[in-house]
Amino acid sequence: MTTATLAPARAEEGRIGLPGHLRHVGALTRRNLMRIKADPESMFDAVLMPVIFTVLFVYVFGGAISGGQDAYKQYMIPGLLGQTGITLAMAVGTGLNSDFQTGVMDRFRTLPIGRSSVLLSKIAAETCRALLSFTILIVFALILGFELKGGFLELLAAVGLSLLFGMSIVWISMLLGMALRSAQAVQGVAMLVLMPMQFGSSIFAPTDTMPGWLQAFTKVNPLSALADACRALMNGQGAVAHPVLIVLAWSIGITAVFAPLAVARFRKRT
Amino acid sequence: MTRISTAPNDRGPAAGNAVEVRGIVKHFGSTKALDGVDLTVREGTVLGVLGPNGAGKTTLVRVLSTLIKPDAGTAFVGGYDVLRQPKQLRRTIGLTGQYASVDELLSGYENLYLIGRLLDLSSKEAKARATELLERFSLTEAAKRVAKTYSGGMRRRLDLAASMIGRPRVLYLDEPTTGLDPRTRNEVWDEVQRMVADGATVLLTTQYMEEAEQLANELTVIDRGRVIAAGGIADLKAQVGGRTLQVRPGHPAELPEMARCLHDTGIATATFSADTGLLSVPLTSEDQLTAVIGVLGTRGFGIADIDTKLPSLDEVFLAITGKPSDRPAAEDAAPSLAKEPVA
Ligand SMILES: Nc1ncnc2c1ncn2[C@@H]1O[C@H](COP(=O)(O)OP(=O)(O)OP(=O)(O)O)[C@@H](O)[C@H]1O
Ligand SMILES: [Mg+2]
Repeated sequence: MTTATLAPARAEEGRIGLPGHLRHVGALTRRNLMRIKADPESMFDAVLMPVIFTVLFVYVFGGAISGGQDAYKQYMIPGLLGQTGITLAMAVGTGLNSDFQTGVMDRFRTLPIGRSSVLLSKIAAETCRALLSFTILIVFALILGFELKGGFLELLAAVGLSLLFGMSIVWISMLLGMALRSAQAVQGVAMLVLMPMQFGSSIFAPTDTMPGWLQAFTKVNPLSALADACRALMNGQGAVAHPVLIVLAWSIGITAVFAPLAVARFRKRT
Repeated sequence: MTRISTAPNDRGPAAGNAVEVRGIVKHFGSTKALDGVDLTVREGTVLGVLGPNGAGKTTLVRVLSTLIKPDAGTAFVGGYDVLRQPKQLRRTIGLTGQYASVDELLSGYENLYLIGRLLDLSSKEAKARATELLERFSLTEAAKRVAKTYSGGMRRRLDLAASMIGRPRVLYLDEPTTGLDPRTRNEVWDEVQRMVADGATVLLTTQYMEEAEQLANELTVIDRGRVIAAGGIADLKAQVGGRTLQVRPGHPAELPEMARCLHDTGIATATFSADTGLLSVPLTSEDQLTAVIGVLGTRGFGIADIDTKLPSLDEVFLAITGKPSDRPAAEDAAPSLAKEPVA
């Protein structure tokens, strides 16, 4: 602020400015986190999913796939990281949808805050949820005997990559949340999209035994690249650069397309 | 975003008008929710918008809070155009919608604190303001509980408090006391009056003449999206009639005699109904009330009960339009599932 007259003039123009935006996103993120505190059941997916998936796959399929449970642990757990990230991301749309249903959004829309603040705060809260989930997954995996062959930095890179990709999916999830009528519909569609994406990838099983048409799908499926990248990073072996670059490209691409669409859709509902 | 020109607008609002609405139209499909509404609210005054269900009150409030865009017409609030300067406009308004918009999973305190922060209050200010308003709306004890556990009236009060956090210059209250008990209703009225005393302008929708009389300086009556009457409370009361005194005599048989006595003394023109057992005396002043009771008393009539009442919304409509408003019945009629008689 250089002169005393500048600030009121800005307010007159309705400008918010960066500090204002940050404050709004901060306050709304706090709100989203407090909502979790008041409704701990909403954390079930974040807390239990990694545990259940790990146990289920390692012990049920582990013997049959990839030569034994120990080898399968090393194979599957890194991929679960990415899978967890996008499953959580899909839950954001449901929350956004219910905000619109309950009239809370009406209140926000009459306040002098930027349209994107509400959406960005969802992403911020989701990041916290995902980080907790990742931590649980990794600790649980170590307890089960997962060997972190890559270094700590590589682990962080795998977490960061999963987070980044998950956050790009959040925009799609939000778009669904605003386009569909009910929270249940959002959940249903999310499931419908996620299931084939997850299982039609290299997360749970190597793809080379799959039929040709499925291999064609798994090849372009970004979740395969994400799983491959995490695996290479956490196991300290295999080509890292290629899958990482593919994941980065997908994340940036998805965000570039869906973030503006989500914000536009959000504006339109104003 | 394009920069909004700050050049003086020759079609802008007149000075001293906090709200100025000209020819606002909003249609939902074939429903003309607003069909060319004009109204103004002078700065620092309270305008009551009276209308039956489906009249367009909520739609009007939503247009004026930038929640929906009008199809035609212009509206200015605090000098800002609802269509062209929504951001500036939002800085000047507070809204309590018809349906509570509190966050159910947050405590009362956190709800208010959040809004304070979103209104750019410092953390300290937001805290102080939240605490102050919780106190004023008797929510201090429930402050730490999540709003999900609140009763309907408590939610309503929290919603009202939320709309007052930023000390808005213009406050919209959409049927603020519907569903509140008499004590809380008075509390809300007190708060609204306090806001007005501090210089705020209020646009209030209501279905109660009594609420309008308590709070409003001016009244606009709308029906089917159109303004059917507007003016000062006193003018409108002169048109539709003010309070009516209702007397229930100890002996119903004395009703005709009581009416004749009032007529003969020239104090008032009373009517009575044997069915309800009530003597109705339209009042034009408070002295008249004392005089009527005095005369009835000194003449030795036994009085079982007395009450004064304002005209109901139906009576207001009857007086203004000469016919009862048929809207509510038509609106609320459930879609008839015409069942074929089973053979
Ligand atoms: N989003 C909408 N879509 C379709 N029709 C609508 C919508 N909102 C309002 N309407 C219609 O517009 C008319 C006016 O509605 P509005 O809610 O403004 O009435 P109101 O005066 O607030 O009534 P009430 O006293 O019942 O709250 C009604 O006929 C209503 O059905
Ligand atoms: Mg209404």
